[in-house]
Amino acid sequence: MLAHLPIFQVIIPLMAAPLCLFLRHSRLVWLFSVIVSGLALSISIILLQQVMSSGIIIYEMGGWNAPWGIEYRIDKFSAFMQLIITSVSTTILLSAQTSIEKEITEDKHTLFYILYLLSLTGMLGIVSTGDVFNAFVFLEISSLSAYALIALGRDRRALWAAYQYLIMGTIGATFILIAIGLMYQMTGTLNMNDLSRRLPEVAQTRTVFTAFTFVIVGLCLKLALFPLHHWLPNAYAFAPSIVTAFFAATATKVAIYLLIRFTFSVFGLSFAFTTLPLQILFVVLGLLGIFVASTAAIYQKNVKQLFAYSSLAQVGYMIVGLSISTVSGLTATLLHLFNHALMKSALFLALGAVMYRIGSVQLSQFQGLGRQMPLTMAAIVVGGLSLIGVPLTVGFVSKWYLIMALIENGWWPVTVLILLGSVLAIVYVWRIVEIAYFKPPLPAVNQDRELIKEAPLSFLVPIWVLVMANIYFGIDTRLSVQVAEAAAQSLFGVSP
Amino acid sequence: MMFMGLYNYWIVVVLMMIGLYIVIAHGNLIKKIVGLTIFQTSVFIFYISIAKVDGGTAPILEDGVSQYSNPLPHVLILTAIVVGIATTALGLALAVRLKEAYGSIEEKHIQDLDNHTLENQSKDEQGC
Repeated sequence: MLAHLPIFQVIIPLMAAPLCLFLRHSRLVWLFSVIVSGLALSISIILLQQVMSSGIIIYEMGGWNAPWGIEYRIDKFSAFMQLIITSVSTTILLSAQTSIEKEITEDKHTLFYILYLLSLTGMLGIVSTGDVFNAFVFLEISSLSAYALIALGRDRRALWAAYQYLIMGTIGATFILIAIGLMYQMTGTLNMNDLSRRLPEVAQTRTVFTAFTFVIVGLCLKLALFPLHHWLPNAYAFAPSIVTAFFAATATKVAIYLLIRFTFSVFGLSFAFTTLPLQILFVVLGLLGIFVASTAAIYQKNVKQLFAYSSLAQVGYMIVGLSISTVSGLTATLLHLFNHALMKSALFLALGAVMYRIGSVQLSQFQGLGRQMPLTMAAIVVGGLSLIGVPLTVGFVSKWYLIMALIENGWWPVTVLILLGSVLAIVYVWRIVEIAYFKPPLPAVNQDRELIKEAPLSFLVPIWVLVMANIYFGIDTRLSVQVAEAAAQSLFGVSP
Repeated sequence: MMFMGLYNYWIVVVLMMIGLYIVIAHGNLIKKIVGLTIFQTSVFIFYISIAKVDGGTAPILEDGVSQYSNPLPHVLILTAIVVGIATTALGLALAVRLKEAYGSIEEKHIQDLDNHTLENQSKDEQGC
């Protein structure tokens, strides 16, 4: 039983998705999805414990040995990612039913949960598998369900955002497919571990260079690295609130996971950063991303869009971290993966609560909400402080590790720019605080506005669980740092 | 000789560029999806090409034959075709919904309507 956990992790949500159709009743489906996601969470906790104590878990699909069969390879990094995905997904699902009652029509509730579970399957599959083609298939499972989920948004612009995401996402995925073909052509294998052993022999060929370029560009499209980020802000802004909260915390992270897998494990660090000038490219694009996206965030009128741009900036920090290509730099990136998932899920869930109460997330509508929805707004403030990187929040921990890694490497100019980027975060978070707390409530056009009260408990509990996690992991960093460090070290150990 | 020997790869490159060009250059949503399909199809041809082993026959066990083409890329591409069909279907479904919501399938027209919505929103805010 325990030996089969790696495959259960993927197969349970996959099988559960069509089963939702039989339950029909919306609340039952919700309960079922929460249970499935909770099950995945408990599996990922067990797997993480196993991996931390006894090393890599290898699961051979159908008993076929590795280069022939598909193997699932759970190392520290995979288990860490699984924990992030499943914990965020479970917490967010708790308030899903309340939120979609207002945002999605009744007949589509079941479809929503099916797509949600499929998307979860795809993400868990990507981080578990040790086979590049399998990773591509899971990437497409999660992306296709993502396009459909985004199109469920109430605003018609959600459709347009989903369409644009579909076009960009498919181009990205096809690039990855081309790269996999080229790699297979040169090495005759699809297994990541096998590839990492065979690629160095043929590393100096143009085919491998081309494969590497395709995979990096394809993944950068998926993870929305500046300047390939165009699809993201609208997709996040117009999707249903629950979908935004889930994807902002996990979707780009999974693409970053694949990027790290390909550069560190498959192609190897010396190939990626020495033979090819990826390092300088990533530092420049990461920093540009931080500045362009943070500046754009300041000018947004829609708060969801504002935080979507801020997500782009956070991707920039992660890319800068991994481009340092030292253990401490990679640790900073992995920590930020975890911490940013906590911040953004809390923030977007709180925005979901605002959407539930006032039906809009336009910044101008936030006037006076500080008094009308004190607990929700307090959550947004704590999340915002965490984004800025104020001590006692998780944001501070990841920025601290990033800056230490930069200084260790003597990259002073980059350190200064990173700190300047945080100043921009202060500006956009302050704009929300100012309007919510220091402006009088909007004059009552009709009765509704007077009646705005605190969000229901089904929102407040998950939001505050996430906010408390933001603070807890900002003070007690043992778990996150220990796992991130161990994962980073194992990634450096694997690379040839 | 080199050119002729690798002609299927040249077809792959040409199709790929045509497909990508259509996606970028055309404003019509259906044409964009057609372009995307051509782009994906070029990759299918690429996979089929790399599976060919010189002098090999179809990968079916038979006496007296020792060299077979590689069946694995064929299997892979079957999966990729399924993914491609799912993408096309979803893209077309979205195009239908877009037509219902905006009354148009021209990118430019849809963006104009969106900008119009934005202007109205900012006017409303000033009105408050």
